[in-house]
Amino acid sequence: MVAEQRPDLETIDMPINMGPQHPSTHGVFRMVLVVSGEKVVDVTPHIGYMHRGGEKLMETMDFRQGIGYADRTEYLAQFSAELGYVLAVERLMGVEVPERAEYIRVILTELNRLTSHFMFAGAFGIDSGLFGTSMMFAFREREFIQDLFEEISGDRLMYAYFRVGGLAWEVTDNFVQRCHESLKTAERGIRDIDDLLTHNEIFMGRCQNIGAFTAQQAIAYGLSGPMLRASGVPFDLRKDEPYSVYPRLKFDIPVGNYGDVYDRFLVRIEEMRQSVKIVEQALEQLPPEGPIVAEKLPRRLRTPPGEVYAKVESPRGEWGVYLISKGGDKPYRLKMRSPSFCNLTALREMTIGQFLADAVMVLGSMDIVLCDVDR
Amino acid sequence: MIGILRSLGMTARVAFRKPVTNSYPNVHRQIANRDRAFPILLWDEEHDEPFCTGCHACERACPVECMTVVMKDNPKHATGESKRRKIIDEFWIDYGRCMRCNICVEVCNFEAIGMNNTWAGHELSRFDRSELVMDLDMLLSQSKAGKVDPGLRA
Repeated sequence: MVAEQRPDLETIDMPINMGPQHPSTHGVFRMVLVVSGEKVVDVTPHIGYMHRGGEKLMETMDFRQGIGYADRTEYLAQFSAELGYVLAVERLMGVEVPERAEYIRVILTELNRLTSHFMFAGAFGIDSGLFGTSMMFAFREREFIQDLFEEISGDRLMYAYFRVGGLAWEVTDNFVQRCHESLKTAERGIRDIDDLLTHNEIFMGRCQNIGAFTAQQAIAYGLSGPMLRASGVPFDLRKDEPYSVYPRLKFDIPVGNYGDVYDRFLVRIEEMRQSVKIVEQALEQLPPEGPIVAEKLPRRLRTPPGEVYAKVESPRGEWGVYLISKGGDKPYRLKMRSPSFCNLTALREMTIGQFLADAVMVLGSMDIVLCDVDR
Repeated sequence: MIGILRSLGMTARVAFRKPVTNSYPNVHRQIANRDRAFPILLWDEEHDEPFCTGCHACERACPVECMTVVMKDNPKHATGESKRRKIIDEFWIDYGRCMRCNICVEVCNFEAIGMNNTWAGHELSRFDRSELVMDLDMLLSQSKAGKVDPGLRA
């Protein structure tokens, strides 16, 4: 039945408050959506609920203590965060990292990319209305890799394993074999997620043509990582500004066509397959013996005065650490360029004009870590 | 339609896989040898005293300042029973603040502190936060009783 038109009644847009305690906002994130009927006409994101003054805190910590804090900032891609931080300090100090340590770093970082993307696939399934099925399958494979991390570093999530100049301690004896086992389960996991979601018509219908961004828009907003690549820009720091041993490894950069939510999902799934490839190659090239910490490191790390910007390709995009030192054992200023925050700036543009239910999908496809946004 | 059938096929296939979960409070999973729970102090069986001399190295290196260390003259040194001139008098670690970063273990010169790698270091729920501040006796009790896993790195 069509509602009776009442010209004497005024229609106004309705603001809807979503979050900060909302399961779909992936943390304490609040957005005020102004809706006209079912369509979103305006979005105001509110962040900062988890602001801990992390950058300021790290100024009071020396270069070993800061590693634990980098973990806690980006808690789904801890190895990438640690890598960015130690790279900055190493570049400032001019430390040469042994080859074996570099390979282990790359292996762990790529395995960490797998866990992070598994987390995304699971959570994204929930956003699209799968009621936890995808989460269960994704978490199961993620847990296998985390077991490996636990065996090596001693902790399930906050590894604090990378050190300036190398690694904290030697990996376990069966490291290579355990990595191969983890890769096998990861591959199975990717296949499961692929079967469950990728070709599922309901899921496709829910994802396609939502929150589409052109390449120009994506660049203008400063997006990075899978968000940028889904829009068709083949930019990956591992290829374009290589660090560590990435130049020696062969892998492809998956790129999307339309830049919509579904493309972002596809890009991440393909990235997982590429990560498996990278780890396999790195395991082959890994020197079986050798030092894991740079020689002649002082007991107390001191940097010369100067500034440096180190960036790594984290699962969410460009994770950068801008470090200014005036000499001494602590940073004078430390700025973290978090991909979650920069990608979140595009939320308004992406969401306006979409249906209210799709706003959740757009936010979910950004794969933000709120701890990283607020710092 | 094919995609939906494929999804259903996947869930059906997975239903026959072996479960990977434990019913936790009844079954404890094997934790890794290197597992890092909270730091504990170690007991020197030979001299019947703690390894810790109270040198404040861990206290200074702790990023979250969760430790308080007080040292004293070792009474056993005067009688010649021990070579340690100074010994730990009081030691508090606030487990509520500790972020388990392993730095205290790395800086310790006497291998006196280690990260607990047993389940006892994980199941620490308390009703009051202040009960998580561990004193010297609590920190030493596990090592004294010989319940420390041999894989513990100190």
